Amino acid sequence: MSIRVNFTVNGSAESVDGVWEGESLLYVLRERMGLPGSKNACEQGECGSCTVYLDGIPVCACLVAAGQVEGRSVRTVEGLADGDRLDPVQEAFLECGAVQCGFCTPGLIVACHDLLARNPAPGDAEIREALAGNLCRCTGYEKILDAVRLAAARRAPRP
Amino acid sequence: MTTVAARAVGTEADRVEGLEKVTGRARYAFEHPIEDMVYAAPVPSVVARGEVIAVDVAEALTFPGVIDVLWHGNAPKLERVGNAELHVLQSPRVAYRGQYIAVVIAKTLEEAREAALRVGVEYAVERHDVGLRADHPRLYRPERVNPDLPADVQQGDPDTALAAAPVTVDAVYRTPAEHNNPMEPHATVARWDAEGLTLYDSTQGATSLRDAVAPLFGIEPSSVRVIAPHVGGGFGAKGEPHPPVVLAALAARRTGRPVKLAVTRQQMFSVTGYRTPTIQRVRLGAHPDGHLTAIVHDAVEQSSTIHEFAEQTTTPTRIMYAAPNRRTTHRLVRLDVPTPSWMRAPGEAPGMFALESAMDELAAACGLDPIELRIRNEPEVDPETGLPFSSRNLVACLRDGARRFGWADRDPAPGVRRRGRLLIGTGVAASTYPVYRSACQATARAEPGGIFTVRIAAADIGTGARTVLTQIAADVLRVPLGRVRVAIGDSALPRASLAGGSSGTASWGTAVTRACEALRDELDRRGGTPSTGVTVSVDTTEENGEPSRFARHAFGAQFAEVGVDRDTGEARVRRLLGVFAVGRVLNPKTARSQFIGGMTMGLSMALLEESVLDREFGDYLNHDLAQYHVAACADVPAVEAYWVEESDPHLNPMGSKGIGEIGIVGTAAAVANAVHHATGIRVRDLPIRLDKLLT
Repeated sequence: MSIRVNFTVNGSAESVDGVWEGESLLYVLRERMGLPGSKNACEQGECGSCTVYLDGIPVCACLVAAGQVEGRSVRTVEGLADGDRLDPVQEAFLECGAVQCGFCTPGLIVACHDLLARNPAPGDAEIREALAGNLCRCTGYEKILDAVRLAAARRAPRP
Repeated sequence: MTTVAARAVGTEADRVEGLEKVTGRARYAFEHPIEDMVYAAPVPSVVARGEVIAVDVAEALTFPGVIDVLWHGNAPKLERVGNAELHVLQSPRVAYRGQYIAVVIAKTLEEAREAALRVGVEYAVERHDVGLRADHPRLYRPERVNPDLPADVQQGDPDTALAAAPVTVDAVYRTPAEHNNPMEPHATVARWDAEGLTLYDSTQGATSLRDAVAPLFGIEPSSVRVIAPHVGGGFGAKGEPHPPVVLAALAARRTGRPVKLAVTRQQMFSVTGYRTPTIQRVRLGAHPDGHLTAIVHDAVEQSSTIHEFAEQTTTPTRIMYAAPNRRTTHRLVRLDVPTPSWMRAPGEAPGMFALESAMDELAAACGLDPIELRIRNEPEVDPETGLPFSSRNLVACLRDGARRFGWADRDPAPGVRRRGRLLIGTGVAASTYPVYRSACQATARAEPGGIFTVRIAAADIGTGARTVLTQIAADVLRVPLGRVRVAIGDSALPRASLAGGSSGTASWGTAVTRACEALRDELDRRGGTPSTGVTVSVDTTEENGEPSRFARHAFGAQFAEVGVDRDTGEARVRRLLGVFAVGRVLNPKTARSQFIGGMTMGLSMALLEESVLDREFGDYLNHDLAQYHVAACADVPAVEAYWVEESDPHLNPMGSKGIGEIGIVGTAAAVANAVHHATGIRVRDLPIRLDKLLT
């Protein structure tokens, strides 16, 4: 059994054929659509590496069945920059050295983007709580906090 | 000795590949687009010891999309190599639960996984033994421990000295099995063609993986190419090859199609290595003024039945403190368990938990400040070899850390500081990590347009290697960073050592320095860059082979403040501060993140991480990130890392010591010592869970 899924990805209307009904959104993005920015690290919603926006709400793409996105809108890390102009969160991650191996980075950037959209000036405790679902094994989180503070200080990200 | 005019080195250069990573464009092993690709799903053993007597592939083969099923009865034959872990699907023997015994190849991953569940396997089950015990009857002394050190070292007469010592500590410390859990699971895309085998792999060393895989298939290393531009962390787990990469290559060979294989997080707990659990007995003998007369540190560890991995747990004790009588030993038992492997500061991390906890116990027994105790036992030369230290700034780290942390007013009495429901305490521990360096090759090329390209098969697993090598090259060439391109992560590049033992920057940086020096000389000789460009090659084998007249180690001091809830027993770290002496720091931005990341992994080791082995079934029970807890953002307080100025001319042209691992060493002891200071309870077995603090 396979299905066709129609949805919007990073602003572009897409139609994907041959999707097995048990497939995750993450699998469809990575293996069928050539969008491997969202990472697969645990497949059970524990690590946040696959965080994407689904109709503006951050979700773990590994926990979303492909069929659930029919007619809906998905935004991934690949869709945050405006052409060559990086989102302030991406810029801040670069400048603060919040990136090491980079595998948690796409999910964390989406999560930080969402945090700042909801709360333009979060305190440290709020940041730590908001990002607690995104595991990073390299940085010890310190520079990720720096990046959130920097991005917040510059301006709230574009909606 | 070359003096490098510092311009880029020492500055906070941004990560070279940062843009690719923040935009999601960086390609990791599983993400390289290859035509006609198929997927592999391994079938793990569900028994811990025995023999596969029948494999029924009929149902799996008829499942939609399935191309083939491989098991030991039909898999291509591999040549024998030293590590039997890599003899994948070659034998019916099962050495541990989770060992790969078959693999399904199908058009999609979901089909492969579903069909893998339908492979019928019949076992002749044998009674297994997975229990590590200090009195195990099969304990033995390994010939050597990693990386190539004597298992036992003795000086003087420690037993007599201990018996005569006015003050003694005699305690047993335990550390659990821990899994590296890099964020990127091990993954491979394997493709065979007329040229040979290409592996897009998540590896810490393209050259070493190539050299390990080629003999298995009876081909020359030149017929294997390993491509790994970006690696999502490793912490040792991707240092030596594990069964998955071989399985992918076997599957690709058999089907004639490119095969993708990603290890699931769950399977990583069986087939990609872990830190051995340890049982360590530490005995210290001292005068009442704290001067040590004897140190004895004995470690018991495990390995699998098919491969000996002997961790160097007690080796840091050989260099830490002065004492005329000393002994360090390692004993191993081969159990029906997965093979342990390298995990960040293998040996030093668990070993220094024990030694530095024992030193804290000795400080209390002598009524001395724990920093003062360490200063009194500072050796003038390496106590084991008698060699002078190339540099040793442990005392400077302790003093600087004490000042920054606010140690001076500390009341040593345990269990007396209350803040609401919390008991507050502070602790300190020393840290150390050896200096390693390996031979490499590199080329440097001047392009006519003013661009320089440096090529070396180094690996950037998140450390910042690509960035720091660019800085090193730019300075030697005396050009801005923007004119240097560094190509790494490909075995087709000049051969390089792997990212391990905190040796990457020292090893690769030396080769890059020599290549750029040679290129500069060549350009001087030619009076400029010729229209066709010019390339030079170097090999540091000879330079690297010169034995050092010095004992070379990095040192550090870790400080922790904890709060323990009196009602629940929950311990949380409130502050962590580390000061390190690591030679010259080449990029403060990436270096600080390495220290803080290591310290955070140490916090995680102290309070959270434990792979729990199921005695009945022989597997690690908590084999996912839901049950194996690594520190999340909300678990980590402000972590501060500093370093002291250290000029050491006896290391390498950069004057740097490795920084990737020292951050984790000593952290768990600092936390445990702080927990003791807070509560009066000495926890000698990690992690420090609340049940150990509820009395």
